[in-house]
Amino acid sequence: MIRLDRVTVRYGSGAHGIAAARDISFTIAAGEVFGLVGESGSGKSTVLRAVAGLLPHAEGIVELAGEAMPRRRTRAQRRLLQMVFQDPYGSLHPSQTVDQALAAPLRIHGLREGERRIAESLREVGLGPEHRFRFPHQLSGGQRQRVAIARALIVAPRILLLDEPTSALDVSVQAEILNLLMRLRREHGLTMLMVSHDLAVIAHLCERVGVMQHGALVEQTTVDALAAGTVTHAHTRELLESSARFERDR
Amino acid sequence: MTAPPLLTVRNLRVTYPAAQGDIHAVRNVSFTLARERLGIVGESGSGKSTLGRAIMGLVPRPGRVAADELRLGAIDLRNLGESGFRRLRGRRIAMVLQDPKFALNPVMSVGHQIAETHRAHVRGSARAARRAALEMLHAVRIRDPERVFGLYPHQVSGGMGQRVMIAMMLIADPEVLIADEPTSALDATVQTQVLAILDELVRGRGMGLILISHNLPLVASFCDRVLVMYSGRVVETCGAGALRQARHPYTRGLLASLPELDHRRDVLPQLQRDPAWAEGA
Repeated sequence: MIRLDRVTVRYGSGAHGIAAARDISFTIAAGEVFGLVGESGSGKSTVLRAVAGLLPHAEGIVELAGEAMPRRRTRAQRRLLQMVFQDPYGSLHPSQTVDQALAAPLRIHGLREGERRIAESLREVGLGPEHRFRFPHQLSGGQRQRVAIARALIVAPRILLLDEPTSALDVSVQAEILNLLMRLRREHGLTMLMVSHDLAVIAHLCERVGVMQHGALVEQTTVDALAAGTVTHAHTRELLESSARFERDR
Repeated sequence: MTAPPLLTVRNLRVTYPAAQGDIHAVRNVSFTLARERLGIVGESGSGKSTLGRAIMGLVPRPGRVAADELRLGAIDLRNLGESGFRRLRGRRIAMVLQDPKFALNPVMSVGHQIAETHRAHVRGSARAARRAALEMLHAVRIRDPERVFGLYPHQVSGGMGQRVMIAMMLIADPEVLIADEPTSALDATVQTQVLAILDELVRGRGMGLILISHNLPLVASFCDRVLVMYSGRVVETCGAGALRQARHPYTRGLLASLPELDHRRDVLPQLQRDPAWAEGA
């Protein structure tokens, strides 16, 4: 469903340009959930944005559902994939109601039956009709992230891109959102690509994981291998160790 | 005989007046701090940061702080006033904040900021302050203190910025350090380094440390004792090693809702909140 072939993303050009992601190749099957982990600046969000078409990639091929993506995507190609961002406080327009937030993608993609679709997508993410005409400030962080997920699902995409979808949330709310994502995946057969710095969150949702460091994909492994500690790259091991907990030398 | 506590808090209350009635951000919190590492955990809105600020005398108006007892050593903090707190902050009690990007002065080199703190508390020449700042940078394991001294906050990484802040807070040698989410803005690998530095300095100087965090497993692995806050109250106090045997349903619920790498479940248990917890049940 998603295939990247030697994708490089550069910021700037010439001597001042830097390659935020270099030579990235991976394949995600339909219905699979793939995780990208790495520290800040490792290039994981850059890769996600290149897949989303938010960043032009300088080299390589981004292929979605068997089609190589052109520099300017068609509306149908854009509908194939939707994105959920990290901060539900920043990703919803503060002066638009939930209803307006959900109506916008329908308008952009020229989809009919807005009434039914809005009600359905709210129900899908566990929000009631009473939330529909509220403003973001009248919702909790978890409810806002549900709205963001509903907004992504409303155009019935086949791919969901998730950029740290729970890292701005309390752990009890994180559990709710992770459970919701798991259910949506089961019910819709969505293909997901998730970026996170939290190995446990990645392990909960994904089967396979790519580890990024300094703009390169240094290892592709499975969550089972992560749990068993049978990883090959030093940086993966480093991430595993620091994700455990603080350990005193003595 | 046990040493007298560094900090004594009895029935601390923080209230913000609001049109719909007062908001009780902190409700009857009591604890003492010895030369130890005390963790305060809770989710957003639990009052943990407000508690830290109340101890520092940093609750902004119109917030009100009241307590049956609030003492730093022998000093009563309740009627200290702003000028009284100014004399204590830095030298007796200090606070490390979450994000060095916002807590450091962006237009002053980090070395000068540390030296300024030194001069604010210790009489001495500019040269002595510079020397002390360089020593402090060395103590927080910055490899090339001379070079880092002249850097501005935007030129240092998050981990280094946080070490700079720790250096600044420890230079006047306080007895009590309050660290509010000191590593939450940092990558996991850097987080461990910063905590190790904090640990070494706090233990080496025999200080009392209050570590405020939302990260239960982290606090449990770092601290000696943990207070769990919910809705402004301490609902549970336990030895950090015994967190897994926590009794309160809130603590247990929080722990259960964490995804774990080596224990994967299809569905994470979701926390069912009981309104009685907010009333101290």
